[in-house]
Amino acid sequence: MGSVSLHGVSKSFGKLDIIRNVDLDIADGEFVVFVGPSGCGKSTLLRLIAGLVPATAGEIAIDGEDMTEVPASERGIAFVFQSYALYPHMNIARNIGFALETTGIGRAAIRTKVEQVASMLKIDHLLDRLPRQLSGGQRQRVAIGRALVRHPKVFLFDEPLSNLDTDLRSEMRVEIARLHEELGTTMIYVTHDQVEAMTLADRIVVLNEGRIEQIGSPRELYRQPANRFVAGFIGAPRMNFAPVTATARSETVRLTGPGGLDLGVAGNWSATAASIGVRPEALSLATGETAKASGELLRVEDLGHEHLAYVSIADDLVWTARVEPNHETQRGARVGLGWPDDALFVFDGEGRRLGAQAGMRG
Amino acid sequence: MIARVIARGRSRLERREATAAWLFLAPALIALAAVAFWPLARTLYFSFTDATFDDPSNYGFIGWRNFTDIAGDKLWWLALRNTLTFTVISVALETCLGLGIALLLNQTIPGRGAIRAAILIPWAIPVVVSAKVWEWMLHDQFGIINNALINLGLIEQGIAWTANPSLVMGVVIFIDVWITTPFMVLLILAGLQLIPEEVQEAAIVDGVPWWKRFWSITLPLLRPAIGVAVLFRVLDAMRMFDLSYVLAGNSQRTMTISIYARNQLVAFQEIGLGSAASTWVFFAVAMAAILIIGTLRLDRATSR
Repeated sequence: MGSVSLHGVSKSFGKLDIIRNVDLDIADGEFVVFVGPSGCGKSTLLRLIAGLVPATAGEIAIDGEDMTEVPASERGIAFVFQSYALYPHMNIARNIGFALETTGIGRAAIRTKVEQVASMLKIDHLLDRLPRQLSGGQRQRVAIGRALVRHPKVFLFDEPLSNLDTDLRSEMRVEIARLHEELGTTMIYVTHDQVEAMTLADRIVVLNEGRIEQIGSPRELYRQPANRFVAGFIGAPRMNFAPVTATARSETVRLTGPGGLDLGVAGNWSATAASIGVRPEALSLATGETAKASGELLRVEDLGHEHLAYVSIADDLVWTARVEPNHETQRGARVGLGWPDDALFVFDGEGRRLGAQAGMRG
Repeated sequence: MIARVIARGRSRLERREATAAWLFLAPALIALAAVAFWPLARTLYFSFTDATFDDPSNYGFIGWRNFTDIAGDKLWWLALRNTLTFTVISVALETCLGLGIALLLNQTIPGRGAIRAAILIPWAIPVVVSAKVWEWMLHDQFGIINNALINLGLIEQGIAWTANPSLVMGVVIFIDVWITTPFMVLLILAGLQLIPEEVQEAAIVDGVPWWKRFWSITLPLLRPAIGVAVLFRVLDAMRMFDLSYVLAGNSQRTMTISIYARNQLVAFQEIGLGSAASTWVFFAVAMAAILIIGTLRLDRATSR
């Protein structure tokens, strides 16, 4: 039905390489989310799949059919824009049904389909209004309705919720998840919001500078990041890193670094270690033997459900720890930080994660 | 009590704001009064008199006679018909051409900036110069157009484009289209760039064919821009004087209402009759403006 596969896809604008040699296979019915920092090419990749920009090299197939040279209008996909891109002069009913007007199914049939979709998205009471009379959330529902009504093989979403406020965003997130469950259609979704990526995706594609850093389920990316970039990008607050020096011993490798870091790690795979990482949620304030690093407590942020402690373990290195709300440590005090052994991520000089087992957490 | 204090305080503030507003408007209003309202009022005043240039200070009021005289003049109606013919045909052609060229220039093509600048050249040349240049190019013996047509074997001998009574209106319209299409292009292009690209892309992805996108999205969204451009052009064309006058002088084939009014005033030295003719011109142009603004609902379309 709606599988999508990319082989060696590249896109350059002049001398600027936006997408570099991307290979990706998306199964029918899958919900795939593209994430990455701004300018990583995630939106361009989506527009390449849509056919809104032509590929410089490579092949794009939808449903097993080569679509590389097929214009966007014939690819059988639907695109939901961040700006909604509604037709400002048409009422909501016509906005949703516009694409059907040239299919020759007749006015009555269009009306039926439009009403069906509208009630599914709970916008049936808005059909006679103009887009400018609607709120942001309602407009986005219309944009989704316009996509739904055509029964496309693939849905493409380009940061659809970025213009909405927090409440509406979570409401629409749930809505999109429900739609995917009901329709079972392939969806590809671009976002810079981790929560959207983690909650919606079957698989997440992490992009950086036009390349795929890692593809995996949200759980895989969180627990087994392939490299330092993914480890730092997935998870909020982001993972704490520290440079280390590795010294090989007989059975273990000794890793030393700032903040009094001195760790013995089993396995000679870590001989090339250059940095380590620990997630804030794995850290705890510790004293004496259990402290693996120490530093000055700069400040504690009270977010209500959690407290974030900022600890300076070296001059220009501040670690974030998610700590118990009832800690009693003073600002400026020296504190120790501890973590379970299996919460340690070790990376080599190129940022690749070392030792698959090192990052496994229970 | 408190409400009353607030109400009084606000009204004083409002009064002060209103005074400030009038102060800011005053220079513009004074300038407008000097260059627009006063001459207009004088014209209106003289149109009810029998004043002439022989003795401008010695005149009497003759009521509506100047207006009825002009309404009874066959030449006036001919001039009005010429003006309307010229306006409708030239503005229609300019709009269609302007729209076409604007759509082309809106594409991302190499050298777009240079083309956009180049297309403005005809608009930048003074009308009298353009008219003279074309007059020479269309000359029956020395003109480059006739020369080219003869060399191509399309005609046997030069055509007297501007001297032939049945051709001259066509020539006037042609030159006007050449001069003012860039203006149309510019205004429509500005309107095109206001249409969000993603709206077009949404329709493309949805498989809407190009003609349907043009007809149902581009054109409706361009309506305010085209409306304003047409309004400007129609008002301009309704009082056209220079092009006809330079090319054909007082030829009845191309006489516009402005030329008619000028003849009454300057050639026949009739201040009263000329003023009345000018007033008619003013009303004709005002009617056209009201008609266009009304039918296109420009006041509402642009306030969106």
